[in-house]
Amino acid sequence: MNVDRFTGPSIAWFDLSPLLILLGAALVLLVVGALTPKWPRGLYAAFTAVAAGASMVMSFVLWDDVTDQGARTLVADAVVLDGFSSFATIAICISLLLACLITDDYLRREQNDGPEVYALYLTAAIGGIVMAMANDLIVLFLGLEVLSISFYVLAASNRRRIESQESGLKYFVLGGFSSAFFLYGVALLYGGSGSTRYDEIVASFGSVVSTERNDALVLAGVALLLVGLAFKVSAVPFHFWTPDVYQGAPTPVTAYMASAGKVGAFAAMLRVLTEALPNWKDDWRPVVWVIAVITLVVGSMLAVVQTNVKRMLAYSSISHAGFILVGVEAAGHRAGEPDAGLGVSASLLYVMLYAVLVLGTFAVVTLVGRTGDNETDLSSFRGLGRTRPALALAMTVLLLAQAGVPLTSGFVAKFGVIEAAVGEKSYAIAVIAMLASVIAAFLYLRIMVSMWIADPEPGDEQLEAVRVPFATALAVVLAVGFTLVVGVAPGWLISAAENATTIARSTLP
Amino acid sequence: MSFPILTALVAVPAVGALLVTVLSQKRPEWIKLVAILTSVFTGALSVWVLSSFETADAGFQFVSKHSWIEPWGISWHLGVDGISLFLVVLTGVLFPLVIVGVDPHHDHKRYLAWLLLLEAGMMGSFLSLDLFLFFVFFEIVLVPMYFLIGGWGSEGRVYAATKFFLYTMVGSAFMLVGIVSTAILAREQIGRLTFDLVEIAETADFATSTARWLFFAFAVAFAVKVPMFPLHTWLPDAHTQAPTGGSVILAGVMLKLGTYGLLRFGVYLFPEAALWSRELFLTLAVIGIIYGAIAATMQKDLKRLVAYSSVAHLGFIVLGTFAFTSQSMTGATMQMINHGLSTGALFLLVGMIYERRHTRQIADLKGIQKVAPIFAGAFMIVMLSSIGVPGLNGFVGEYLILIGSFLTARWWTVVAAAGVILAALYMLWAYQRVFHGEPDEANRTFPELRAKEAAVLLPFIGLIVFTGVYPKPMLDRIEPSVKALITHVSEKTGYQEPTVPEPIEVEAHEEGQP
Repeated sequence: MNVDRFTGPSIAWFDLSPLLILLGAALVLLVVGALTPKWPRGLYAAFTAVAAGASMVMSFVLWDDVTDQGARTLVADAVVLDGFSSFATIAICISLLLACLITDDYLRREQNDGPEVYALYLTAAIGGIVMAMANDLIVLFLGLEVLSISFYVLAASNRRRIESQESGLKYFVLGGFSSAFFLYGVALLYGGSGSTRYDEIVASFGSVVSTERNDALVLAGVALLLVGLAFKVSAVPFHFWTPDVYQGAPTPVTAYMASAGKVGAFAAMLRVLTEALPNWKDDWRPVVWVIAVITLVVGSMLAVVQTNVKRMLAYSSISHAGFILVGVEAAGHRAGEPDAGLGVSASLLYVMLYAVLVLGTFAVVTLVGRTGDNETDLSSFRGLGRTRPALALAMTVLLLAQAGVPLTSGFVAKFGVIEAAVGEKSYAIAVIAMLASVIAAFLYLRIMVSMWIADPEPGDEQLEAVRVPFATALAVVLAVGFTLVVGVAPGWLISAAENATTIARSTLP
Repeated sequence: MSFPILTALVAVPAVGALLVTVLSQKRPEWIKLVAILTSVFTGALSVWVLSSFETADAGFQFVSKHSWIEPWGISWHLGVDGISLFLVVLTGVLFPLVIVGVDPHHDHKRYLAWLLLLEAGMMGSFLSLDLFLFFVFFEIVLVPMYFLIGGWGSEGRVYAATKFFLYTMVGSAFMLVGIVSTAILAREQIGRLTFDLVEIAETADFATSTARWLFFAFAVAFAVKVPMFPLHTWLPDAHTQAPTGGSVILAGVMLKLGTYGLLRFGVYLFPEAALWSRELFLTLAVIGIIYGAIAATMQKDLKRLVAYSSVAHLGFIVLGTFAFTSQSMTGATMQMINHGLSTGALFLLVGMIYERRHTRQIADLKGIQKVAPIFAGAFMIVMLSSIGVPGLNGFVGEYLILIGSFLTARWWTVVAAAGVILAALYMLWAYQRVFHGEPDEANRTFPELRAKEAAVLLPFIGLIVFTGVYPKPMLDRIEPSVKALITHVSEKTGYQEPTVPEPIEVEAHEEGQP
């Protein structure tokens, strides 16, 4: 019997090192962690943080490398290494690093310390990075599932809280549903274009799919794909899981979900739309426009009427997703053109800056949540300005940044997206986005009022005092510092984001 | 390179705010000292700018320009001309007076930190010559003012502060899109992305309809800030609820951001659009004058009365701006300062009444003149300045506005002139009810003006009288820049300013001759 020997693709191990480091660390945590007695205090987190740092360093090295050598595809064209993927990898590693700092104290406070959470953090990061690197819809799906499954378990990881269990289950059911949509979209797209690889899908236009022929199959595929991705970025009307899951999940997990999860999902969305589907941009761009607008409006409006801070921030994260979608819409005008415009880099920059912001914000919420993680109502923040002025000030900076006040990173992010939209003459959506951010500002003001202005009420003093452990404080300081530094001197980061996207453009077919 | 004095004007209060924040709460006297020193130093710097300002030069002086965010073509570009000069000085003078003269009663540290940050933001707004930079400062001043109203205001403070913040942000939302659009559309003509005000205004020509849209994006933000009818509803709430210091700053300098912005950005960048929409603005301005006056007459709360009088006064400034003559615009620029002085002082005085009586209701006050004649006298002078009585500063500004506007906006001016009479009505009536008559039981112990309070009020009254009697030094510095702006408008649009008959030279007669 003469069977062709299966030859595996050549693998550039070094180019995959950011992923491999994280994978190795996850395996060590799972295997060694299971076999050895409990590690000394803080070591799980430190180990994960070191892995994240190492992975980040390798991403910088590789970014430098692709700047010189040009972008390249790896593992038989399954993933692509370019500035874009490096930027997203770095953003995810930063999220992971900060999340570890927050989680360490949290887990000990909740008496839940162990290697599992960190291992899941690492696998989620791998999923996110694969999504950002994917050059093939199947690979993208793998990344999506790795990310999602890690998050399902993470959401339910606080065994003592029934809300955590509920949130995990909700996320799992709805997430599975959306994955099915996504997969069906991939299948239809494959049927319509004959490939799942991004470059081949582009090439199929004109040969397999022709302008004369009906490309309904492809369009249906694009639509379903968008549903799956919109679910992941929690865009309206696929956002229903977000408030419940964000509220129920352990607060550090929520922080990580809102940062790393969003980075991965938006990186994937940008790549798929601009690199695989540029030929259908006139079809998907109006859809993105509509989704962006309703996401902005609904996210901000519903945020305002919440009374639970975690829920508020969940809706605010929906509204931020709408803002990033404005950038995606701007990117849609130039998809497939040599001059990519500012859309892609602005969206990428936004999601990166937002990741740090939201981590810092949720870090404060973690502390205010106190033992049991239950004090996340708006009233729990009452009087924080008196009892913990430094923490309240940090939270104020982060909230102002989320509201887009100048001299913070949030303003830089918003300005970039607005500039991108206006650059493509999408004036209407730019105005809508800014007005929605005014509505959302009301929500941040409410939290600030509670911290600084609201009078104490009877019962407040019975609450446990807010403890500020070192690691979490460090995370908050880092987030606030980053927010202010980028707010005052954003030039380098803007250049980096633009550089990252040009490398992705100039060298790929 | 010479000393970057304008950068110092922004940086010194900002550093002061930082110092106050890091100083220990246990050292209140140090905190107060740092706050006073930095604000006085800033004030001294602003006076230095005034003294070394080239009177006849219409362009921007003391310019400092550094690249800031290169990928977006944004620079740290500061400069001062005749239009912004006195606003900068007013900011520099007003803040130390407020810091020294008004006691916040609690949380001094945070109060002073916010106040100094506010000063840095205000200075930056008046000095910025870069659209992005201006927006940064324009928006950043919201935060300290929000916390000042929210943290140290009266009962309805949270509502008022939130309303103030959100109203202004809605305006800013439009302006941000306008700024970005302006820069991006100008890029096609300039060849690179820049947010530089002077460069865009001098080189870029926008299509007529485009410029009108852009102008409106800017104008909405400024109209909220002024505030112009019908976007004024945040103002009475904010003023009434704000602590005295906040009210003084809000009325004294912050509202001027709107009128200054209209002149500096609206008219300068989009002259055609500004001319095209002048009837709308004139009408709204006149409505503001009359409406503000009528509403002020109806008020029972003294502070609310002053707040509504602000609406009327700022209507005059907008009228002068959109009448497009050099007199009216000079008058408008001068009136910004006059209003800052007289309304600022009025809020201080109302604050003093509140400190003494814990009420601002006109009905609760009676016969104060009998028990506190000096206090009543001070109130009288400031009030007369606000009405615009000849010999005091308010008269010069209003007179210039009315005489200038009469040439180009006759009927609007006729109606506006009635506003002057209404101002006398509500102010004098309020004065009569509060100060005249026999003091009742509660008002019989009304304390007289204290030395410290007098020391704070004296600079206000001095400036009010000085500019009223001798406005020439001020006008000499404002006029060249205003004329340059009118020339700019004429060059861009072909607008001809109506010629004013030269004043008849009155020959000096020697004593004794007929």
